[in-house]
Amino acid sequence: MSKVKYILGHFADPDEMMHGIDKLHQNNIPVYDVFTPMPIHGIEDKLGVKRSRLPIAAFCFGATGTLTAFAMIYYMMVHDWPMNIGGKPAFAIPDFVPIMFELTVLFGAFGMVGTFFYKNHLFPGRAPRVMDLRATHDRFIIAIDAQEIKDAKKVEGLLKEAGAVEVLHNERKYVSYE
Amino acid sequence: MSSHHESIIREPLITGENITYAKVTEDVLVPVENKANKAWWIGFTIAALGALMWVVAVSYTFWNGIGAWGLNKTVGWAWDITGFVWWVGIGHAGTLISAVLLLFRQNWRNSINRSAEAMTIFAVICAATYVISHMGRPWLAYWPLPLPNQFGSLWVNFNSPLVWDVFAISTYFSVSLVFWYTGLLPDIATIRDRATGLRRKVYSILSFGWNGSVKTWQRFEAVSLILAGVSTPLVLSVHTIVSFDFATSVIPGWHTTIFPPYFVAGAIFSGFAMVQTLLLIARKVMNFENYITMFHIESMNKIIIVTGSIVGVAYLTELFIAWYSGAEYEQYAFLNRVSGPYWWAYWTMMTCNVISPQLFWFKKIRTSIAASWILSIVVNIGMWFERFVIIVTSLHRDYLPSSWVMFYPTWVDVAVFVGSIGLFFTLFLLFLRFLPAIAMAEVKLLVKTSSEQSKKALIKAGKVDKEHAKFYVESLDKYDSVNQADYAKI
Repeated sequence: MSKVKYILGHFADPDEMMHGIDKLHQNNIPVYDVFTPMPIHGIEDKLGVKRSRLPIAAFCFGATGTLTAFAMIYYMMVHDWPMNIGGKPAFAIPDFVPIMFELTVLFGAFGMVGTFFYKNHLFPGRAPRVMDLRATHDRFIIAIDAQEIKDAKKVEGLLKEAGAVEVLHNERKYVSYE
Repeated sequence: MSSHHESIIREPLITGENITYAKVTEDVLVPVENKANKAWWIGFTIAALGALMWVVAVSYTFWNGIGAWGLNKTVGWAWDITGFVWWVGIGHAGTLISAVLLLFRQNWRNSINRSAEAMTIFAVICAATYVISHMGRPWLAYWPLPLPNQFGSLWVNFNSPLVWDVFAISTYFSVSLVFWYTGLLPDIATIRDRATGLRRKVYSILSFGWNGSVKTWQRFEAVSLILAGVSTPLVLSVHTIVSFDFATSVIPGWHTTIFPPYFVAGAIFSGFAMVQTLLLIARKVMNFENYITMFHIESMNKIIIVTGSIVGVAYLTELFIAWYSGAEYEQYAFLNRVSGPYWWAYWTMMTCNVISPQLFWFKKIRTSIAASWILSIVVNIGMWFERFVIIVTSLHRDYLPSSWVMFYPTWVDVAVFVGSIGLFFTLFLLFLRFLPAIAMAEVKLLVKTSSEQSKKALIKAGKVDKEHAKFYVESLDKYDSVNQADYAKI
């Protein structure tokens, strides 16, 4: 058994890379992940990546913000210390709206971004798990787990056929640790 | 998908030869990866001196109290709140470009959103410093927050727009910062992967470990879209609430229902002018002519005409309503604005904001870099005067003629204002030096669809209608970064 852990197909063009994924799929070769310098639209469907549920999280966080603001203002203005301002009602709902809106946005935005960072393990100081340094620059990279395939030569051939400019056989998963 | 070509008759968003993904990275990172040039150091030195003056003036204010300013019993708000509203307004264009134009799928935002958002953040920092320093006792700046306290647990008054403003501005600042920084992550990762040594360590920490996998990008796009969706009403709410600070009071000249839309239009107007002021210089000094093209400049000028005209209509409506209301105090407030002792401020505002932007109807002017830059400065001046007129001329003659006064700024007023501009430019220049000023990942999306190069290839291959190709080539006339001779051959 060879020591190769991952096979990386470097593409210079996103369309050729998409073509490469098709080729691999036709030959029943699983794609481990794809690393690109820009978002590729339509790649999720191709790789069977499920739709992100972040919008649902954002809604829940936003609703929490609305309720928090309402509860806070209600408690302070109506329950704890109602003030007599010209005999007007303490429970003045229209005046509650601006801060309810602001806290909806605040909680929604921070909650959603926090969830995104948490789920993707993004935080300051995290060691970057990068398979190839050019994936953030100008290369579109398909990574294939070498343990899951039988014929590495065939994979290389398929990638080259699809337009890969370079195919690497890496013995370590992440180059960024070196 | 990236292979879909957009219509040939649309102007290209990236010009230049041999634009590849690698070239985008290299062009954008030139200022970040190399030693700063002389122009940067000169600019930075001047800006830092300005920021130093700001530190001195604000410290002087903190030490001596706001008596150091030219305020008096009648005019209790002047340059401080003028500066505050001016800076908040300037900030709004950044959010408009990054959020509203994203929702409308205006791809030309891709190359200007990063610097415009940075401008937003720095402008809001400048605005916030005014808020803190005009309080007089900045060490009690936490009082507008609803914190449990020792005053008989008397809470802040949630019926007051000033309290709403605290929530609005702080939400706006923090959400803008998150939006900006999330967008920066992929680009910081690009710098990280190209750097070595200490730089690599620093950018590695800043990059949060970004790796550009499918799931990361998918979530990133979901986050961007939703942040744009929530920032759009947020930015409108912020300036609406700023206008409530005035509109809900009973001062003639302030107490008008037109204020929210009028302030929001004015904010976008002044913000785009500031983006123009900054980017016209940045594109020249940093050689971004191929990414911030004449199309971008012209589009921004068009937004300046639209918002400038909205502001103009608002000024006239205000005058009409003051007359039509029949309220004599209201009528006097406006008569005093137009023809009172501050007539020069009013007419400066009218000239700079309403008349001069109309020059952009001429194509020659709106596609001229020098004219765009000068007019953007004129608009910035005009918008400062707008706030000054609204604030000072409404206050300086109140209900008692015996308390009528004029407002004269002291050196501290001037130093705080000029210094805040220095602070703004210091932050902006540091940003240009250490972070990518153009969102590389987003510009890379346009390389295959909207670049001049790809469109030229289509024409060469004869894949487009001849009429359309002719129309397209003519539209390139205005570009300073396109060589028309190349097209003569085809």
